[in-house]
Amino acid sequence: MAAPKKSVVAKESGQEKANGSPPEFTKAQELAALRDMLLIRRFEEKAGQLYGMGAIGGFCHLYIGQEAVVVGMQMALKPGDQVITGYRDHGHMLACGMSANGVMAELTGRRGGYSKGKGGSMHMFSLEKHFYGGHGIVGAQVSLGTGLAFANRYRGNDNVTLAYFGDGAANQGQVYESFNMAELWKLPVVYVIENNRYAMGTSVSRASAQSDFSKRGASFNIPGKQADGMDVRAVKAAADEAVAWCRGGNGPFILEMQTYRYRGHSMSDPAKYRTRDEVEKVRHESDPIEQVRNRLLAAKVSEDELKKIDAEVREIVNASADFAQHDPEPDPSELWTDVYR
Amino acid sequence: MPIQVLMPALSPTMEKGNLAKWLKKEGEPIKSGDVIAEIETDKATMEVEATDEGTLGKILIPEGTADVAVNTPIAMILADGENAADLVKAPAPAAKAAESAPPAEAKAEAPQPKAAPHPTAPTSVSEPEPEVPEGTEFVTQTIREALRDAMAEEMRRDPDVFIMGEEVAEYQGAYKVTQGLLQEFGARRVIDTPITEHGFAGVGVGAAMTGLKPIVEFMTFNFAMQAIDQIINSAAKTLYMSGGQMGCSIVFRGPNGAAARVAAQHSQDYSAWYSQIPGLKVIAPFSAADYKGLLKAAIRDPNPVIFLENEVLYGHTGEVPKLDDYVVPIGKARVVRQGKDVTIVSWSMGMTYALKAAEELAKEGIEAEVIDLRTLRPMDTETIIASVQKTGRAVTVEEGWQQSGVGAEVAARIMEHAFDYLDAPVARVSGKDVPMPYAANLEKLALPSVAEVIAAAKAVSYR
Repeated sequence: MAAPKKSVVAKESGQEKANGSPPEFTKAQELAALRDMLLIRRFEEKAGQLYGMGAIGGFCHLYIGQEAVVVGMQMALKPGDQVITGYRDHGHMLACGMSANGVMAELTGRRGGYSKGKGGSMHMFSLEKHFYGGHGIVGAQVSLGTGLAFANRYRGNDNVTLAYFGDGAANQGQVYESFNMAELWKLPVVYVIENNRYAMGTSVSRASAQSDFSKRGASFNIPGKQADGMDVRAVKAAADEAVAWCRGGNGPFILEMQTYRYRGHSMSDPAKYRTRDEVEKVRHESDPIEQVRNRLLAAKVSEDELKKIDAEVREIVNASADFAQHDPEPDPSELWTDVYR
Repeated sequence: MPIQVLMPALSPTMEKGNLAKWLKKEGEPIKSGDVIAEIETDKATMEVEATDEGTLGKILIPEGTADVAVNTPIAMILADGENAADLVKAPAPAAKAAESAPPAEAKAEAPQPKAAPHPTAPTSVSEPEPEVPEGTEFVTQTIREALRDAMAEEMRRDPDVFIMGEEVAEYQGAYKVTQGLLQEFGARRVIDTPITEHGFAGVGVGAAMTGLKPIVEFMTFNFAMQAIDQIINSAAKTLYMSGGQMGCSIVFRGPNGAAARVAAQHSQDYSAWYSQIPGLKVIAPFSAADYKGLLKAAIRDPNPVIFLENEVLYGHTGEVPKLDDYVVPIGKARVVRQGKDVTIVSWSMGMTYALKAAEELAKEGIEAEVIDLRTLRPMDTETIIASVQKTGRAVTVEEGWQQSGVGAEVAARIMEHAFDYLDAPVARVSGKDVPMPYAANLEKLALPSVAEVIAAAKAVSYR
């Protein structure tokens, strides 16, 4: 991974030290981050397995490698803040606190899934956790997320919306329509661009005239910042700054999270557009989970304590896989429900 | 030869206007570009600029005159060297100038409200709803005013209702439908957007997902094609895809269908497009009362609603019940005219052809029953079938294209539910299968006409 560049426009960026190393986490924060990232990693590995077994159908976009982004971002939120994202959404849902059972059962198309089996991998929602999807049309969530922020402003509350999208979606027209309105109306929305370097099979350099995504709001005067999306501490620091900016009524903020996905675009992608070496290099040098684990070990946290977290996470994931394979399919009568209220 | 100044049109659909004020007096010199008068419609006020130089020789239409037809000579300008005596040489001010403009063959057919105003059309559908209590007072309103009142009433009633769109606030609406809303409700709830249909449709849907109740105005539904992904993929499908957790109560409204002389990209009927989508409700009213009552129902409905208006109808008037809360139920068609011989099914602008044709048919002893669908989805099949069971014959009338059109759907439902009652195949009158042409004569040919409706009704009656 390239070292994170310095803040582009953002003010009050004192959180980032001159050498680029982000502020330290407390031990409790490190442990919480490790647990949440591990949950996503193990969940996604299990989803990959179930897909391979034919238990999950259709599209299945795994989040493995990008875990630090949602976990770090979530640490900056307060109750009532909304999250919306695109189709690579399992990690976001788990980070929001949605249940692994509900997400996995949706992947297998069962009645206990978040959408009663009618939405699938890309279309899940939780009003309770303020998670607004899960959207399958690339870029659509950016305008929708801007609308969530609009609602916050309309209601006069101080909640903030995180609208996540990728380096690929960043080239959609409605993203810029949304940027314009968000800045014009000073809407409290953080646009989190998860730059995992590939829009399906097209690398950023082949698709983006301006590959510094933090500058994508420049013509609308939206401040932007790049952060090392593989380091959960850097993510949290950038998130704190961006969320505070939005909550303070200053309008939108753009965060480019420099991250990487280890798996293909979807389960059916052989990922021939990059070398195995490239993937291995990131895994070995920048893995978000290993970074935290190493820091905890260096801080004399025992292997046993870490193993306990591992075991707890595996149990949740195994239980969700079990639930998702044994929960009944939706009743046929569900075909006709939820079309209208 | 003195030059005639003609009553100008402010828009392609303007038929007449008021001459509000003369800014020059007879005998005053005039330069090209001088403002010589002010004219107004219910929508806007405009200044009339001179395009020729000379002297204002004679004012033909005094200020304060209402309902001056477009193209009526309103003044004479004398060129240098001419004097009042020359005025008599000018062609006599032709009061019927407006009607002499369209080509003769089009005039004979007279299907266009512009060429032949339909005073009967708006009023003939203003009979009280069955749900209106006896003794209710009625007010005469334009459809434009009825829409505005519906929105204002709902905004007073529910603080979660707001309107957004291009020019809805400070400009008072591109078609003046939102007139006065900014003044009453302020900029927080009456929101001018940039020209960014895809984006603001998405913003509206996102806001609706949190429980707000946006009214999203498209300047015309032609521009909503930029936004159709958000309308269909986000608004219509989210309730289902979320297992019933999250829907959106939102109204997308604006003028739909052919205006006049604005050509193919600005003249398209989207009735069939939206009415195909499960999750959407689609409303396309004709009468002023229905515009009001159905828009109020649409705003209250917890689902996404497509509310198709018609620019040509905006200035038409009708009787609207003077009730505190006049709400017309979604999904109910209305039998506007009773008849025993043939059923004519239409909606929105199509009703002008249908009703006119029914009048003509009556003169020939054919009693047509005319049904205004009002809502296209859900469609009131029952009312259609009950009528066809009585008449045994049906004609559909729409401005949209025939293939996969709403008329095709109506015909299919009649075939499915009343096959044994039919004495003839269902006939469809529709827009022609071409992009809308610009030339006046071609445009008339591309649209349905009263003559075509009459011919279709006779054909299914074997007369």
